[in-house]
Amino acid sequence: MSANLSSILFLITGVLFILALRGLSSPETSRMGNFFGIAGMVLAIVVSILSVDILFTNLLYFIIALSIGGTIGGIIAFKIPMTAMPQLVAGFHSLVGLAAVLVAVSAYYSPDSFGLGTFQNIKTASIIEMGLGVSIGAITFTGSIIAFMKLQGLMSGSPITFPGQHYLNAILGTLILGLIIYLIANQSSQIFWILIIASLLIGFLIIIPIGGADMPVVISMLNSYSGWAAAGIGFTLENTALIITGALVGSSGAILSYIMCKGMNRSFLNVILGGFGTDSHSNESNKKGEQKPVKSGNAEDASFLMKNASSVIIVPGYGMAVAQAQHALREMVDKLKKNDVKVSYAIHPVAGRMPGHMNVLLAEANVPYDEVFELDDINNDFANTDVAFVIGANDVTNPVAKTDPKSPIFGMPVLDVEKCKSVLFVKRGMSPGYAGVDNELFYRDNTLMLFADAKKMTEDIVKNLD
Amino acid sequence: MEIDPFIFRLSIFILSIFIGYFVVWSVTPSLHTPLMSVTNAISSVIIVGAIIASFSFSGEGDISFSNILGFLAVVLAAINIFGGFFVTQRMLQMYKKKEKKKNK
Repeated sequence: MSANLSSILFLITGVLFILALRGLSSPETSRMGNFFGIAGMVLAIVVSILSVDILFTNLLYFIIALSIGGTIGGIIAFKIPMTAMPQLVAGFHSLVGLAAVLVAVSAYYSPDSFGLGTFQNIKTASIIEMGLGVSIGAITFTGSIIAFMKLQGLMSGSPITFPGQHYLNAILGTLILGLIIYLIANQSSQIFWILIIASLLIGFLIIIPIGGADMPVVISMLNSYSGWAAAGIGFTLENTALIITGALVGSSGAILSYIMCKGMNRSFLNVILGGFGTDSHSNESNKKGEQKPVKSGNAEDASFLMKNASSVIIVPGYGMAVAQAQHALREMVDKLKKNDVKVSYAIHPVAGRMPGHMNVLLAEANVPYDEVFELDDINNDFANTDVAFVIGANDVTNPVAKTDPKSPIFGMPVLDVEKCKSVLFVKRGMSPGYAGVDNELFYRDNTLMLFADAKKMTEDIVKNLD
Repeated sequence: MEIDPFIFRLSIFILSIFIGYFVVWSVTPSLHTPLMSVTNAISSVIIVGAIIASFSFSGEGDISFSNILGFLAVVLAAINIFGGFFVTQRMLQMYKKKEKKKNK
């Protein structure tokens, strides 16, 4: 295949990927979008195979490699529970990072096959791009592995910090830049490998101090990195499809990181520097709070309140997903609707462990997406609503974010559940949420605490609604 | 003076960032998780590099170090491609069922 034709076809791949993302602007067009994405990928693979000289044995190995990967990927995608989506995505990012590193190393040792020059005599532009690509790829790889382990619970979600951490990272970062410059000058393979090792190390170091609550930002950030790594390799290989895709994925991840940071009212830098959730002042407010009286109720009280309400807003949080209560919740909502209660769902941007996670979990439980509202769209409705049913959420409802400038969550947009006539909280106990801040809502007169496992409580309410 | 082809690639790159910026802002927040899984799937287009690496000639027709890395990269990219598109499809399918129910 001529180079011009393959370039045009790679451009088409890029366009198909743009359409794939465009399709996600509404659920109706999203499946078509995914189809465009698949078509683009098939086109890219076919064009690449047709543009290289095929050696039969290699083709055989290629097909074997593709089938092994495809089978593993297919099985994982089929079996993965929706609650585990964040760690799946983190795991997948690590694979993109590692693939970028492998491709770069391969291009470094056989630049002639890639048309980049000869070993240790690679074109200057290509070696710069290769250095950047391999470095970002390596950072994505180890960073995503740490994120995966934290999300999967293989590693504590609490931030790991040590003195001089930021200095060490700064030194490593400078070292990496220096190594890239040095690599351009002499193309030595030792420097190339030291660059890879330093990048792997910094990927590990920048993610360990970030706490579990900040994982939505971290996943989005790594999503972005995997895109920049692909773009870096795209420049090295002079491949349009990779450059376009890298730019799309890179900006997508960056936007999602921004949305997540805004949802928590924190600056990106603040998240990256880490250590959230361990602040001492939050513990003080806990001690203060525990003596205050709390009204607690049972499933019977809750079902009575909701049955007699004319409108209910459900506020689900990650606790609901952990308890696998989403199906029971939907059953409860169905019963309420039969009693002519108007029910809607309010989703905070950082509910769940990744952007949009809660929406998927509700979708899995067959909750119609037009009953699910984002924070800005529903926040004014709480004042005209009878009951707010908060299940597995905490910090995102805490009014202290609006009132106390000293609170670590001050300024974070919150759902105004306190404006409802009554608030039901399904919670295991009085423990504070991820941010470690006590929620004054628990002690209000119009709040009824339902202490139980989210799933069990919801099922009990369903029984009482009969 | 002739323009370096790198400048063309850089132009494509910069313009694509802008396209990405506008397209992603128009994605509905309820589909942000599928957005992440699909961007993850498409970034595996890095497989084109893996293909070149796995088919590169070492000279004598033997499998070279670059070939082996290429095959490994193909496996990793394939996990992502199949896994990413499939899991996205699975999620988007969930958003479909409800439409049907509502119409009934």
